[in-house]
Amino acid sequence: MAAYLFHRLLQSALILLGVSLITFFLLYALPADPVRQIAGRSATAQTVENIRQQLGLDQPFVVQYWRYLSGLVQGDMGRSYLQKSQVSELIAARLPASLLLMAGAIVFELVLGLTMGVVAALRRGSATDQTLMIASFVGVSAPQFVVGLLLLYVFAVQLGWFPIGGYGTFSHLVLPAATMGILGSGWYSRMMRSSMIEVLRQDYIRTARAKGLARYRVILRHALPNAILPIIAMIGIDVGIFMGGIVVVESVFGWPGIGQLAWQAIQRIDIPIIMGVTLVSACAIVMGNLLADLVTPFIDPRIRLR
Amino acid sequence: MKNWLISTAFALAVAMPAVAQDYQPDPNAKPGGGIVVTYKDDVATLDPAIGYDWQNWSMIKSLFDGLMDYVPGTTELRPGLASSYEISGDGTVFTFHLRPGVKFHNGREMTAEDVKYSFDRVTNPTTQSPGAGFFGSILGYDAMADGSATALEGVKVIDPMTVEVTLSRPDATFLHVMALNFASIVPKEAVDAAGADFGKLPVGTGAFKLAEWTIGQRLVFAKNTDYWRPGVPYLDQVTFEVGQEPIVALLRLQNGEVDVPGDGIPPAKFREVMGDPAQAARVVVGGQLQTGYVTMNVKMAPFDKLEVRRAVNMAINKDRIVQIINGRAVPANQPLPPSMPGYTKDYKGYPYDPAGAKALLAEAGLGDGFETELFVMNTDPNPRIAQAIQQDLAGIGVKASIKSLAQANVIAAGGEPDQAPMIWSGGMAWIADFPDPSNFYGPILGCAGAVQGGWNWSWYCNADLDAQATAADSITDPAMVGERMQKWSDVYMAVMRDAPWVPIFNEQRYTMKSKRMGGADALYVDPVSIPVNYDYVFVTDVQ
Repeated sequence: MAAYLFHRLLQSALILLGVSLITFFLLYALPADPVRQIAGRSATAQTVENIRQQLGLDQPFVVQYWRYLSGLVQGDMGRSYLQKSQVSELIAARLPASLLLMAGAIVFELVLGLTMGVVAALRRGSATDQTLMIASFVGVSAPQFVVGLLLLYVFAVQLGWFPIGGYGTFSHLVLPAATMGILGSGWYSRMMRSSMIEVLRQDYIRTARAKGLARYRVILRHALPNAILPIIAMIGIDVGIFMGGIVVVESVFGWPGIGQLAWQAIQRIDIPIIMGVTLVSACAIVMGNLLADLVTPFIDPRIRLR
Repeated sequence: MKNWLISTAFALAVAMPAVAQDYQPDPNAKPGGGIVVTYKDDVATLDPAIGYDWQNWSMIKSLFDGLMDYVPGTTELRPGLASSYEISGDGTVFTFHLRPGVKFHNGREMTAEDVKYSFDRVTNPTTQSPGAGFFGSILGYDAMADGSATALEGVKVIDPMTVEVTLSRPDATFLHVMALNFASIVPKEAVDAAGADFGKLPVGTGAFKLAEWTIGQRLVFAKNTDYWRPGVPYLDQVTFEVGQEPIVALLRLQNGEVDVPGDGIPPAKFREVMGDPAQAARVVVGGQLQTGYVTMNVKMAPFDKLEVRRAVNMAINKDRIVQIINGRAVPANQPLPPSMPGYTKDYKGYPYDPAGAKALLAEAGLGDGFETELFVMNTDPNPRIAQAIQQDLAGIGVKASIKSLAQANVIAAGGEPDQAPMIWSGGMAWIADFPDPSNFYGPILGCAGAVQGGWNWSWYCNADLDAQATAADSITDPAMVGERMQKWSDVYMAVMRDAPWVPIFNEQRYTMKSKRMGGADALYVDPVSIPVNYDYVFVTDVQ
């Protein structure tokens, strides 16, 4: 176990190194010039060169990347080009909001997705099944920008059940979490449905039924725990999908997370912020996958980590 | 000689107050209350030497003051932290007398040393101010820019209440520069204490002070009860909520949660709002010191031919383009916007005349047309506008392919001499930094901007016009302002004859406000405090 963990952590560090190298190179190769964004349109060529020198952007790629990396190892993510503040502070101020949104989305998609999946599996082939599966298909396909605005319009503007965007209380969380969760619930309902159908075919289910257990007991005690197994690992992988989704959803709902920060930084080529957010998201994805792998053997003794 | 200087200076100083008719306060205005303003983008910084964004421009104006200021809602200069000033006869020495008893938000009284410190700071390359270039006419600027000096030679403290600024050349726009955010007066001890975080911990002399800033969520400005201008601000508090999509902000305004959506009315909702009399009544329309234009690179064939550039000017149907953006602009026929001093009112511009344009192309030996590229920023409505231009060009046989790119990439292509034959400026268009015609020339039409990485994307460089522009800006005598404006008008008319641009339209600003907001309409489309002059607006529902 310890050896496995060490191996995986080493692997994760290499992945993060690779992500940082690729992102840094892409930003370096970008035909647009961040210095001109800082210097503004009234700057002379000399001012531009001055700033380029101060930021070390006149150095070759290898030197720039090495400087960034050595700063990073010492816990220094640099200062934003345009805001001048520490990138680590900017991210730290916004990360809790993103994590909260993700947690809300996971709860939402699990509750909705698993329920839909179980109901569909139990009513396999019925009109209910078909309706649910079409709904899940729509959920998977609908662009989050549209879903977000639609939910806002119906539940916040027309019905007034929730605030129109913003951050702070539980009711602020519901709509953005639902927007993110609808996508995942579509996946989960389909997976849960097929997993459940698979389990219901097993001999031990037939045995349980044969010995006269109540239907709900068979489903809750025998079928559900076994059907849920393959789904658990998906939650870790979900983190990656969420990292993409928060950029859109946070913008729509005015949710003050790192997705919004990233979007604004990309528009202004604020390289230290883009690097910082990318690395933090990559970290979350890597950790999510790792956790999913670590948790599985506890749930399913048949799986061993090597 | 010296006596002559003094007497001229005296005459100028006396003449000055007559220029600016100061603001007449609204008799119905009551102090108190607070408003909520929203913006989509976060506020990057409130450091007046750094901030250069749509959303922080007027915020900084309310937190800080400069030596000069504008009469609210107008482009008229008025004294700010300087209560009076004198200009030497040759227009190169400005003596500012500071207003006594002005206090920073930290309680300390402002002195001439602060003025000197602020100007040294903004021009110091380590500050990385995007506005440093505006101070280029101050003596000693070049030594600051190349790092060989740490203080401007031309800025001298005469006594605690007097500063003398010497220019290296006469500069009629210098008083406008003194009213820019970049020329705000900051206290040294607060800047030193905050270091690079001064943008998050701003201390100024302005009408409001920063009370709260939750990163990514909201900023709260509280009334500066010690403000040196009597009677203002009216509001006790202004709350800025950031990260709000314009469409969400509008919904919240309709719901009574927001007073001013700072990014305006989203295009998708424009017809709906303007079609509803109740909502349309709360929209204020005003001119904006902005021109949208198409540049033609005079260094790239066939735009090196004057006939071709004139033909393109005649081929484009500007009225149709204005329709594309729901009529939120007026067609333009010259570089300057109509609300800018120096605008030539009786100039008709090139007519929309495709047949005439074709004839001109034939004259240039291009009767069969030619192929070219039109660069455009990739956000709505710019690609749609580019398509309209493309169709118009096809009408005279010119086949233009559209290159739709991110903003920074279009700017980069424009800054190269041989990359972009045509650029539609939408989304990157020139908005004046200060209300003076010279601000539309140097960087975007003059030789100084026609350099690699510059903003003169047509690469038009006319040494004669540059000389005329310099001559115009050497007229510093306020009594001769009419003559100066005539010279500028001549410059832009000459530009139109050479036709490096197709001026397309001047955007109009549509600001929406809640029912409870009071104050003259001009405050909501203030040409300088964009989008709203927070110091002078008020709410009508306070007791």
